[in-house]
Amino acid sequence: MSAPAVPDERVAAVSPVRRLLVRPELGALIGAVVVFVFFALLSSTFRSADGVANWLDPASTLGIMAVAVALLMIGGEFDLSAGVLTGTTGLAVTILATRFGLNVWLAVLLSLVLALAVGLANGYVVTRTKLPSFIVTLGMFLVLQGLNLGVTKLLTGNVLVGGLVGRSGFDSAHLVFASSVVLGGTYFKVSIVWWLVLTVLATLVLLRTRFGNWVFAVGGDANAARKVGVPATRTSMALFATTATAAWLVGTITALRNTSAQADAGVGDELTFIVAAVIGGCLLTGGFGSAVGASLGALIFGMTSVGIVYAGWDADWYKLFLGAMLLLAVFANQFVRRYAERRRRS
Amino acid sequence: MTDASLRTPDAAADSGGDGTPLLELVDVGKHFAGITAITGASLALYPGRVMGLVGNNGAGKSTLVRIVSGVQQPDEGHVAWQGEPVRLRNPRQARGLGIDTVYQELALADDLDATANIFLNREISRGWGPFRVTSSKRMRREAAALFEKFAIQVPASGTEVRQMSGGQRQGVAIARALLGGSKVLLLDEPTAALGVEESGHVEDLVLRLRDHGVAILLVSHSVDQLLKLCDDLCVLRRGRMVGVYSRRDLTGSDVVSLIVGADAS
Repeated sequence: MSAPAVPDERVAAVSPVRRLLVRPELGALIGAVVVFVFFALLSSTFRSADGVANWLDPASTLGIMAVAVALLMIGGEFDLSAGVLTGTTGLAVTILATRFGLNVWLAVLLSLVLALAVGLANGYVVTRTKLPSFIVTLGMFLVLQGLNLGVTKLLTGNVLVGGLVGRSGFDSAHLVFASSVVLGGTYFKVSIVWWLVLTVLATLVLLRTRFGNWVFAVGGDANAARKVGVPATRTSMALFATTATAAWLVGTITALRNTSAQADAGVGDELTFIVAAVIGGCLLTGGFGSAVGASLGALIFGMTSVGIVYAGWDADWYKLFLGAMLLLAVFANQFVRRYAERRRRS
Repeated sequence: MTDASLRTPDAAADSGGDGTPLLELVDVGKHFAGITAITGASLALYPGRVMGLVGNNGAGKSTLVRIVSGVQQPDEGHVAWQGEPVRLRNPRQARGLGIDTVYQELALADDLDATANIFLNREISRGWGPFRVTSSKRMRREAAALFEKFAIQVPASGTEVRQMSGGQRQGVAIARALLGGSKVLLLDEPTAALGVEESGHVEDLVLRLRDHGVAILLVSHSVDQLLKLCDDLCVLRRGRMVGVYSRRDLTGSDVVSLIVGADAS
């Protein structure tokens, strides 16, 4: 074996600093720390245990979605129907349990079936027609928005469906999806547990399973993946189904928490999910991103939405802040990536 | 070169390898809607020998490559694997036998590193049922060992394939084929998009593969490269096989005449 006297720099070990720099979640981590410190300095409530529990709550429901959407985006697709679907699934649970008198658990199960049908329909149309998922799921978004309003009004004559309390199975379902966990005297929403578990699970799947490898490969170059036998179509379908399942979970959590569902729930949230995933390092082109990053993106959202109120500002400024945050995160991610690549080549 | 020195395919095969060829094409042909893509092609690939495949555009090289890799099926003649007639119905079946093709476009997953690429869709995992996790360390180790064995200068992990040079990418694609236990390797213009130095690396790699007993079918437009690397040369012209020649009997101008069909000599 003719080992070169001087080791080729291209095969030299990659420095730990660079390894860290090219991690997709680094930008979101820094952002989350900055946002936390910022609001913690402004408001003592924000940094109290109750405050933490308060901003972890919106972060959790958003985070569940952001993680699923991040997987989908790494796999190279979008889902604009994911926001409305959280409304659809919540409505399904509420209507089935209150208007059709089903056991809440059965209603929750049927709602999951509905969500999976929507997700697989998205996946089927996208993989079959090769149309951009942006357009296909935009269509699904409008279809669901129309159905949510139309069906709800038709069945209940109202845009708000309530009355979940006291239905059979409500108490146990509420315990699983919408209760609070007491930790050191502070009430934390159980959705936070769901969020953390899903983040860990998604990270494991992405980094430590064959499926995770396929997701990166399919998102980067579906044809290349297909050539080595990766089931690209099935991978995409599974990702759309995962996003739909996350929407079902969030819809169920919201419905059981409010004990009611609104016909216009979730509209507009789909972009927030994507923003959280992008802040977390996902590229719009696919093939790159992280579940932890998306969760950190969701955390930034949660801290901001609650922090603004604690700081005594008008909540109207929330969106402006988020817009700035998104642009900053994208610039930072791009800068870091370029920097890291240049360092290697020089 | 006189006509007498032109060898028939059989003669070349006899003088070439020892014993049974790994893969043999016997009088293979393929037609599309009345147009002959290739006809009368016979060649044999032996372990540790490099067969060059040369001809102008439209000579039938691509069709022949697609037949050997299982993408297309011949409608004349037959293919034999280790002496037994076989039908290569699809690339998967060909790969199953040990026939791998490295196409020009390489088909690498740009966002994955070298290890993830060569193990893509055959990841080593441990555990049970839905709880299987991939053994990253073991895959990295095996990838690094493979790169070392064939002196492929590629970082096994931590660098996306996107950031690698053309020659390194070629190395990754070839390593991926080798990992699958490939015995016959089809290289489709492996240096077409590379600079001089990078081409040199890939050419050295081809020779190392040969020394390790891989049978290679090399498609190339570079006469110099073919003369440097090949043991035998299969020349195609306008859908017909001109012949299979031993490298020893050929000069560069012979090859060029064979390709363009300057029979006057």
